[in-house]
Amino acid sequence: MREITYAEAIREALRQEMQRDERVFLLGEDLGVYGGAFGVTYGLLVEFGEERVRDTPISEAAIVGAAIGAALTGMRPVAEIMFMDFITIAMEELVNQGAKLRFMFGGKAKVPLVLRTPAGAGTGAAAQHSQSLEAWPVHVPGLKVVMPSTPYDAKGLLLASIRDDNPVIFVEHKLLYKTKGPVPEEDYTIPLGVADIKREGKDLTVIATSLMVLRALQAAEELAQEGIEVEVVDPRTLKPFDAETVNRSVMKTGRALIVHEACLTGGVGAEIAARIAEGPAFDYLDAPIKRLAGLDIPIPYNRNLEYHTVPQVENIVEAARELVGG
Amino acid sequence: MLSESKLKEMLHQMYLIRTFEEKADELYALGKVHGTMHLSIGQEATAVGAIGALRPKDYILSTHRGHGHCIAKGADVKIMMAEFMGKETGYCRGRGGSMHIADMEGGNLGANGVVGGGIGMAVGAGLSIKMRGTGQVILCFFGDGAANRGIFHEALNMAAIWTLPVVYLCENNQYGMSMSVVRAFSIKDIADRAAAYNMPGVVVDGNDVLAVYEATLEAVERARGGGGPSLIEGKTYRWKGHSKSDQERYRTKGEVEAWKERCPILRFRARLIGERVIDEAEANRMAEEARRLVEEAVAFAEASPEPSVETILEGVYAP
Repeated sequence: MREITYAEAIREALRQEMQRDERVFLLGEDLGVYGGAFGVTYGLLVEFGEERVRDTPISEAAIVGAAIGAALTGMRPVAEIMFMDFITIAMEELVNQGAKLRFMFGGKAKVPLVLRTPAGAGTGAAAQHSQSLEAWPVHVPGLKVVMPSTPYDAKGLLLASIRDDNPVIFVEHKLLYKTKGPVPEEDYTIPLGVADIKREGKDLTVIATSLMVLRALQAAEELAQEGIEVEVVDPRTLKPFDAETVNRSVMKTGRALIVHEACLTGGVGAEIAARIAEGPAFDYLDAPIKRLAGLDIPIPYNRNLEYHTVPQVENIVEAARELVGG
Repeated sequence: MLSESKLKEMLHQMYLIRTFEEKADELYALGKVHGTMHLSIGQEATAVGAIGALRPKDYILSTHRGHGHCIAKGADVKIMMAEFMGKETGYCRGRGGSMHIADMEGGNLGANGVVGGGIGMAVGAGLSIKMRGTGQVILCFFGDGAANRGIFHEALNMAAIWTLPVVYLCENNQYGMSMSVVRAFSIKDIADRAAAYNMPGVVVDGNDVLAVYEATLEAVERARGGGGPSLIEGKTYRWKGHSKSDQERYRTKGEVEAWKERCPILRFRARLIGERVIDEAEANRMAEEARRLVEEAVAFAEASPEPSVETILEGVYAP
């Protein structure tokens, strides 16, 4: 199969869905001529025009508000917020409006929109351009949250997200944009709420999200040299969350390590740990559930400090050794 | 010039709104309503005048003080009252209540609990109308308080640069809860802010239903014809407190009484009688008809079932 990058996979999903469904359009800052801050939408303007690849002023609240209004009246907007840090500016629209309209109106309205946004540290962009805020939307009933780690998943999950009749927060990762992987040319969807086992193993389950999946896989390679066989589970969507696949894996291995880049406190790792602890896997645990996450600090600018703020391969290796040895 | 039947319909709607809200107030006092409510008594002319300028397929976005908008857009007061009383037969199956009544089929995209909550969505509805080429217009209501939120500026700018068919109608009832417009604005007229977005800004007597109608019609026709958005400010006054917790320490009885002298319903009634569109007897019959409809609505709502707890999870996500 041909290999393309994560960014190309997202672009291909957008292109194919815009060709298939004229209700789909893009809006956000610098999507058009500029091609998006990370080049994801580059070239789509030429193909679809300014109406459907719509550059907006720097007005995050109105971008999301407009996407909701358009979704409510028959369109299927895909909005982009340039950095996930800036969803905070649009939280009123997202949380109080988009997420709740359907329920508040007795199930008689639908809000089919996707909000794409890149998260993550590692680019030296410091505290206001590096956050992973996925726990925020996960906490809001009415929103779905998707976090792909591979080009294949990015395309299939984005197509499924655009076709979903609910507001979906589609969290991309800046460091994943240039990663490559096999992606079918044809149109395909990956259902939201289905985890994927990225590597099978019998000694330890690592549940990792987004970029951390890649680091967990690298760690698993190293650990395999030592005879530790790691199973890597990628939830792919945080809401809905596939607790069944996670629990089944933990029941097999008896050990669970949760890895995410966002801050530890109040992060999705706490929720995942709870799902394991209160579920059928509890009786199978041979060690306490362990979480490895970003430090509870803003992302620092300095390269070395930034590196030590979020989990790296060696941290995962070390945590896994402790769990298996302990 | 408006037809006699349209003029009569407008007066009927104003009576219906007033009567609905007086009944709502009464039901609250009797402990039959859960939660709070925001009454628009005294502001009926902005709702009826503005929505009177729309076509049936046009959209509105309403506010927390939205009973009048909902009725003027053609809602069934029985279903509204059922929602108000939290019943399964209500517009939102009892999940929304007074602050969230929506009637998607009737083009009412919803009242909103957040001040200015509809202003951003209006941009999207306008964009959707334009992209689908349906020739509709979106009329977005908001209050004076909402005009000081950031989204007001973001959204009006966006509607203007994209020439969207949006009519922004500010019901300036003089207070955002207790904060008077005199204290909250450095300008006298909120409509002046239209200049910043290069769109027409018009001030109108919000207690004169025909003045509101005419100003809105001009804006609606401009929007429908591709001329882009407008901002209309209707100066009006809410007779009742902000919500049920209001002790009204921020204004005098004299001020309230002075505005009651300018009752939009009595003014319009006197005008229609003066112009011989109706006579006293017909006006009285209209008021009586409104009472009958509201009593019917209460009976319907009281007889309606409560939502069943087994359905509590329904409606969070679309299938």
